[in-house]
Amino acid sequence: MGNLGVLERMMMDVLWNSSSPFTANELKDALIHPDNSAAPAKRLATTTILTVLSRLETKGFVTRDRGIRPHAYSAVMTRADHTAGLMHEVLGQVPDRQATLARFIGDVTPQEAETLRQLLGVATSDSA
Amino acid sequence: MITAAAALGLLAVLLAWPVPVVLARSHWPARSPGIALVLWQAIALSGGVSMIGSFLLYGLFPFGNDLGHSLMALGDDLRAGTLPAGISFTHVLALGAAVLLGTHLLLNLLATFVRAERQRRRHHTLIILLSDPLHGQPGMRVIDHPAPVAYCLPGAGHSATVLSNGLLRLLDADQVRAVIAHEQAHLVQRHHLVLLAFKSWHSALPWFPIANRAENAVALLVEMLADDHARRVVDDHTLAHAIALVGFAVAGFTAQPPPVADARATAAASASVAAAPEHPVNQVSPRVARLVHPIAPLRRAATAGALTVSVALLAGPAYILLGS
Repeated sequence: MGNLGVLERMMMDVLWNSSSPFTANELKDALIHPDNSAAPAKRLATTTILTVLSRLETKGFVTRDRGIRPHAYSAVMTRADHTAGLMHEVLGQVPDRQATLARFIGDVTPQEAETLRQLLGVATSDSA
Repeated sequence: MITAAAALGLLAVLLAWPVPVVLARSHWPARSPGIALVLWQAIALSGGVSMIGSFLLYGLFPFGNDLGHSLMALGDDLRAGTLPAGISFTHVLALGAAVLLGTHLLLNLLATFVRAERQRRRHHTLIILLSDPLHGQPGMRVIDHPAPVAYCLPGAGHSATVLSNGLLRLLDADQVRAVIAHEQAHLVQRHHLVLLAFKSWHSALPWFPIANRAENAVALLVEMLADDHARRVVDDHTLAHAIALVGFAVAGFTAQPPPVADARATAAASASVAAAPEHPVNQVSPRVARLVHPIAPLRRAATAGALTVSVALLAGPAYILLGS
């Protein structure tokens, strides 16, 4: 993952772990807070923070409240919702997924699960 | 040239139907999945080249006696806007079919790859944000989800193997090692390229009865190849149990009713599962069967024979095309 990827991850972690929106400056402070073990060694420039935030906004992870100055940023969905959506896709409830990834085990029907049980049963009695 | 066109046409028909049916039904691919995979690719490629070549040779027949001269004559006629004597409507149709089929297949392949790469990049972004490295290895990610899931995400310079917490809770350490070795084999052997090529073929020719069967067969062979790699890391018994445990759990997971289910929604969901024609065949139990009852790989002579057939399938149409 590139440098921007690391920053995106750190900022999303801050936004996901908090219920209130952050301005860019508040985010900058949160990132160097001693509680944050993943904090970068040096203070980030506000422009860097804004660049990464606008990338995250384009990708649909972050939403910006333009009604107040400075703009306040918050996560669009919780981390759990994003994870659930991604796993939903991986588990095949979304069409055209096999093109991108190969699952260790694909779909298993109850009938095939029964076949598996029999196969293993035979194997166990063989070795017993 | 007409004989050559007929020979290619015959080969195309054989490779479009009886040959894939026989190969899909035979049992030896489970013994040597790598050899079978080579053969499937040769069949698909040779079938495509033969079909396009057959149309091309037939359509070019009025233009000249061999491929080179007739192509040049076709170019001249196109520039001059004339048609040679003796050309009929069927020749023009055949030429059109050759051009359309060739372009369609190539563009579809390109589109499939571009779409997959875009989806992969999006997926990778999400994975980086949502998962954590396993034991500090950046290519191994753990995602916090109860479903027992393992998969690999190929991609130039940013491939990843993703395991869920559900999987790590379900399997013991050796079984997890088996899963990881299996997924790494997919990445190292670049199985996604083969799968994408066959997927593209299927999506380009959805009415083609064999395309679906070929895609399923190739998907299973690729899993067996990855299993064979995992068998070098753990014993067969461990791998078989890892597959079966995840298989039972997946069956349980997908059989669960949706959270807000009323009877109608459940019925609709099971109907849509039943209607999904993409994976009707058992893709998991054949993998366990060959681990539980191991069979020796193909003998050397049979392996050599299958490889010779593959080479002949590729060289034959090329020889007929260029030699005619």
